[in-house]
Amino acid sequence: MESKKYKSSIIERRKEVLASLENLGIKIYEQMDKGYFPSVEMPSRSTDNIYYDPKLRQFILGDKTVRRSARNIRHLKPFAQLVWTALFSHELASQRKTSTLRDVYYSAQAYEMTFKDQQESNNIITDLETVLGFSREDFNIFPEERSAVFGDLTIRYTVPGYEGKTLNLTSHPDGVMIGPALTSAEFVETTADKVIAIEKGGLFTRFIEENVHKKFNALLVLTAGQAPRATRHFIRRLNKELNLPVFIFTDGDPWGMHIAMVIISGSANAAHLRDLTTPDAKWSGVWATDIVNYKLPTDPLDEIDMKRLYELQKDPRYKEDPLWQREIKTFMKIKRKAEQEAFSRYGLTYIVDEYLPAKLEETR
Amino acid sequence: MAQVTFEEISASDFFYRNRDIAGFTNPTRAIFAAIRELVENSLDAAESLKIPPEIYVRLSFEGEASKETQIYKLRVEDNGIGVPPRHIPSAFGQVLFGSKYKLKQQRGTFGLGGKMAILYGQITTHQPAFIISSTGISKIFMYKLMIDIQRNRPIILDRRVFLNKEGWRGTIVEFSLEGDYLRAMPKILDYFKQTAMVNPYANLTFVDPKGRLYKFSRATTLMPDPPKETLPHPYGVDVELLQRLIQVTPYKNMLEFLKNHFHRVGEITASKFLEFSNISPSKNPKKLSHDEIVRLMHMLKKFKDFLPPDASCLSPLGEELLRTGVLKELKPEFVAVHQRKPSTYAGHPFIVEVAIAYGGEIPQKGNFIIYRFANRIPLLYDEASDVSVKVINAMNWRRYKVTPDMPIAIVVHICSTKVPYKTVGKEFIADRPEVRREIANGLREVARQLQHFLTKREHVDKEKKRLGVFGRYLPKIAQFSAKLAGREKTPDIEKLLRSVKKFGVEEI
Repeated sequence: MESKKYKSSIIERRKEVLASLENLGIKIYEQMDKGYFPSVEMPSRSTDNIYYDPKLRQFILGDKTVRRSARNIRHLKPFAQLVWTALFSHELASQRKTSTLRDVYYSAQAYEMTFKDQQESNNIITDLETVLGFSREDFNIFPEERSAVFGDLTIRYTVPGYEGKTLNLTSHPDGVMIGPALTSAEFVETTADKVIAIEKGGLFTRFIEENVHKKFNALLVLTAGQAPRATRHFIRRLNKELNLPVFIFTDGDPWGMHIAMVIISGSANAAHLRDLTTPDAKWSGVWATDIVNYKLPTDPLDEIDMKRLYELQKDPRYKEDPLWQREIKTFMKIKRKAEQEAFSRYGLTYIVDEYLPAKLEETR
Repeated sequence: MAQVTFEEISASDFFYRNRDIAGFTNPTRAIFAAIRELVENSLDAAESLKIPPEIYVRLSFEGEASKETQIYKLRVEDNGIGVPPRHIPSAFGQVLFGSKYKLKQQRGTFGLGGKMAILYGQITTHQPAFIISSTGISKIFMYKLMIDIQRNRPIILDRRVFLNKEGWRGTIVEFSLEGDYLRAMPKILDYFKQTAMVNPYANLTFVDPKGRLYKFSRATTLMPDPPKETLPHPYGVDVELLQRLIQVTPYKNMLEFLKNHFHRVGEITASKFLEFSNISPSKNPKKLSHDEIVRLMHMLKKFKDFLPPDASCLSPLGEELLRTGVLKELKPEFVAVHQRKPSTYAGHPFIVEVAIAYGGEIPQKGNFIIYRFANRIPLLYDEASDVSVKVINAMNWRRYKVTPDMPIAIVVHICSTKVPYKTVGKEFIADRPEVRREIANGLREVARQLQHFLTKREHVDKEKKRLGVFGRYLPKIAQFSAKLAGREKTPDIEKLLRSVKKFGVEEI
């Protein structure tokens, strides 16, 4: 284990984040002090500037930039909000406190910086991410959604009060929440040789009960639906820092398929960010072909499902690997979908005993 | 078999039996109509001398009459021209006698209103009326009168003469009548307020039965030019008028008759008309048969080459006085006034004046507040039937960025030698295409001015708001960035604030 390297990477990154926030402040301060209206430039996030980069295997922003200037009356308020958010993030990061998106919205009111609604404050945070190229988790701002991890991985905390303390992620049978403390923790050691990401809490608990982590020597990650960014970043670190292959199990429908895709190739919304994708991760099931091969109990695809399939068919991320197009076509043909729980028709352990090993082998 | 008897009735008897048509419909309307008729006479009396009117009205409680009505004493004093003593009994005690039969713009039309009020008072209370008047000579005359309704003659009960040591001039009328003041009160107060609006040079004082004093003070002593008397215009005559003219004319041939009795008819026009209508210029008008008179009237209306009547017989308020009146009584933030050029309908000249007032003390009612006037008389009843209201409702206000929920008052004043009233009660103006067109054009003009004002104000507001945004956020950006950069002192933003002010700060 090259634990030292990781330690330095986390501390370095925090320093970088603080420095970039301070530089933003200095840049604006000096523009104003010289009698200019301050302005910042950032890549445009409009849809015509989002491209799929086949090399990075994720969406990226193109060359178009937008300039936010305090000279422009329409930019003035968002500009002030942006500077405030930078100041607030700096305080959080330097005091090593965390905050949620909702906190940001309310904290602003103490500075007479009102946000019209949560959406407005979220947008400003995204702006700050775009300007500085760091994600909000780097500013210690987290969304409310939480997911979990279970398995033989020892981590060392870096958060105040827990610095240096270690924890083995098998220590709690419900798994450990992937929150700010775990996200900023260093990896110490692991015996696992793979990561299995699971869409649903029920199946995650079943896998723990059935000792999947031992039987398959795996770390289990619950994405709880669409994986939050912190979780995507965490999966990426497991993959890159610990060289663990990642297998993703979702429901057998276009939405489950896309949960896997976002972990693999990211989302258009996060085109301004890096390090959230795990391009080598595999979607292991439930495929449309599995529905056929395993004769799973199904529900019909409704109109919205079908519409989503047509959208995905045209999406550049789905043209990478012929598997995706094959599965999309199969879904369209059978017009059925199946949940992960559908395997229960063959007994509660069937999925662990039969399906899982077969699929891990198939997608290795 | 029933016997049908025919009898001639006198004018006063006629109005006694048909008092509804003169506006004395019920005790509420009656008390309003009585005040209004006398005040209008007083205004005319002062204006004919071009003296700023000074009118004092007092209504005092005399006793209960029935469950809902009371007896009141009404006293109206003015500083007008006064009535010569020998005319006083007839002027106040004989219906359809008066000074208002010539063609010029006046408030009253038939010389009927004041006498109707007195007649109504006598019918309801059996009390005599007191008239005190002086034309400014050394004597003041006081008459105590009743009207002999069947014979339409004044009955003089008492007559006194006082020495006029102080050179007083004016008229005082005092009589009792039955009415319902409480119900009439809102209209009466509206009436005074609106009268004050279109007579900004008048002092009006009203003391109501509870002793409350309402005072409407003049804002100017400037007065419009009094109207000149004028001959009837050929387009406006009827058979009756022709017959009367023929009766009194000293001229022996049609050419002279037309030249001398009609408005804007000279030698050439008269000759052309006679040729057009195939009437011999030398024909003696007194020899015209009834059929020929009827034909003459039709030909007068058909002939296209009469010059339009001129407006010297009209006395519009004028844009300046209208503006003064609106500002004085409505206290708006903005007012636009416009006077149309004289126009005619059916041979009667008329002028439309309009005003639009916005904001200030004008309330927001969800609809335009409309003030209608005719010959400087407020029209308070039957608004929905009035031509102005129809025009206002038909107008595309959105074109002018105006919506009915704005605090807007619209004033329409029409003056004419013959206001096209629908009823004797002088309540609303008939829908004549010529009148409608003039009102619409006038309103468009003031609406444009209002739109200009609103646009400009919107611009100024926007500018203020814009500066407000800079004033609010620049200091914050300065403060936050200083803190983020770890600097003690916030950057100087005065220069930036000054630079945004530089362009386009405009005062209203």
